[in-house]
Amino acid sequence: MSSQTEPVNGPGSPEPAPQGGRPAEPVTAVPVRYPERWVAAGFVLVLAAMFVHMLFTNTAFNWPFMFDHMFSEPVVRGVWITLSATVLSMIIGVILGIVLAVMRLSGNPVLVTVSWLYTWFFRGVPRLVLAVLFGNLAILYTTIEIGLPFDNYWMPWLGLDGDARFFEIDARTMLSGYTAGLLALSLSEGAYMAEIIRAGLQSVNKGQTEAAQALGMSRGRTLRRITLPQAMRVVIPPTGNETIAMLKDTALLAYVPVTIELFYQLQAIGARTYQIFPMLVAACLWYLAITSVLMVGQYFIERRFNPGQYGSIRDRIVGGAHR
Amino acid sequence: MSERARETGVTMTAEGTELPANALVVAENVHKNFGRLEVLKGIDLQVRRGEVMCIIGPSGSGKSTFLRCINHLEKLTAGRLWVNGELMGYRQKRGRLYELRDNEIALQRSDIGMVFQRFNLFPHLSALGNIIEAPMQVKRKSRSEAVAKARELLERVGLPDKADAYPDQLSGGQQQRVAIARALAMEPSLMLFDEPTSALDPELVGEVLDVMRDLAEGGMTMVVVTHEMGFAREVGDSLVFMDDGVVVESGSPAEVLSDPRHERTQAFLSKVL
Repeated sequence: MSSQTEPVNGPGSPEPAPQGGRPAEPVTAVPVRYPERWVAAGFVLVLAAMFVHMLFTNTAFNWPFMFDHMFSEPVVRGVWITLSATVLSMIIGVILGIVLAVMRLSGNPVLVTVSWLYTWFFRGVPRLVLAVLFGNLAILYTTIEIGLPFDNYWMPWLGLDGDARFFEIDARTMLSGYTAGLLALSLSEGAYMAEIIRAGLQSVNKGQTEAAQALGMSRGRTLRRITLPQAMRVVIPPTGNETIAMLKDTALLAYVPVTIELFYQLQAIGARTYQIFPMLVAACLWYLAITSVLMVGQYFIERRFNPGQYGSIRDRIVGGAHR
Repeated sequence: MSERARETGVTMTAEGTELPANALVVAENVHKNFGRLEVLKGIDLQVRRGEVMCIIGPSGSGKSTFLRCINHLEKLTAGRLWVNGELMGYRQKRGRLYELRDNEIALQRSDIGMVFQRFNLFPHLSALGNIIEAPMQVKRKSRSEAVAKARELLERVGLPDKADAYPDQLSGGQQQRVAIARALAMEPSLMLFDEPTSALDPELVGEVLDVMRDLAEGGMTMVVVTHEMGFAREVGDSLVFMDDGVVVESGSPAEVLSDPRHERTQAFLSKVL
């Protein structure tokens, strides 16, 4: 083939000059017009104007009443309860999720089964049902005791008196509304986080584990230092989703019941004053506001675990600069 | 080497097998199956201390699998494999084999460096971070000690100014050289190379081979699975041709490459040379 391209500068002829360097005329062309965009914009604008008009003219909104009560003391306390329940249940949920995901991928048949059963149960039962169920656990156990199992059978059998219990807590205090609700949300979240973290761990290239093993790193160390940090990148966006979902699910605490919770408080004011709708709008505004704050937090966490070395997300999706 | 080993040229392993005293790797009838697929059908090989052994062969011939058997990334289906007189992955007591625990295998592996075709650098760590990770985590070296050693190694592979670069910011050849430095940081007595230049653009192959050549000249024992016949001829002390899970032919590189005795070797070499 090369014999066909070479005669242009056959043997003995001077080296071909490199291309480039000639003056160039910039491309000027009429861009494509999109008139339908203006039609759509006009349509949306009219709808928005109608909506804003309604907000100001419909008296059912009763804005002065809403703003008066939206920041009242019990409501603001409800916001803090909601926030603390979100943060705590997410922390417990993530820790549980990591443990369950590692169990699931451990290869140990006992741990795999336990993890699977856990996920099956807590994903299968609706959170609302779990919340009410945990609120009523005191029916099942009046006291919670820590000790050796089945002592009421084997202690008499060994000829011993008494019991092998070390301390006990009154279930009605321990499983009071807030704790019970928090437990329900955390345990349920653990099941979802387990699946998210498992997906994250599985997304890490097998070569990474092999490289770590070849360096003499044990399985635990490989997980902590190599696999988990890389899984974080994949895990964080859905975890942000879960956090926002959790914030909204704290409204379920009202059914445990947790009376100090945000939605319960707003509804209570609405019911007491017959101003149902303004208080529902207040609930929307509060949840929207907190969600927005959480989204900003997620942005910064993503940036922390997704720093320059991976290229920006845009680069990775549309085509990177480095590769 | 013990007194007896020096006299007889034979050394005794912990479980009582006699191995040639100067052999760092001894593979004895190594078999490996993946399900019903037989990938290795009985490999017998010895790598002497300081030897550079190159393994060539068509793809699917089992050469990479054999390399991965050496540091127990793959479990043998049958046969035995010793590195430095230690049975890899098992302990033999009164004729029975006991699997080693995860951390015991990790300890065995820490003496064997491995370089992969696809580099497998840790993308969340800088070049320096990649190199100091194992010495700090496994060998419990202090950070300053590990960093000093890492900088020395980066110098050695020709990348003294890339310590803070992340893998994504490095070319393939640079990544592979960092990977070699990372393996060397554990001060291994054996280095395994699994087609270290196969994923590289042609103009980047040379820089990696240069580093490997330096390493060989420094006396490192190396087993190199490669398609670089030039490297095998110049740097290799021995050449092994594998096909279909067996060693077809082995000898000095010059012998095997210029005067292959076996038909399969001839057929393969006629395609790649």
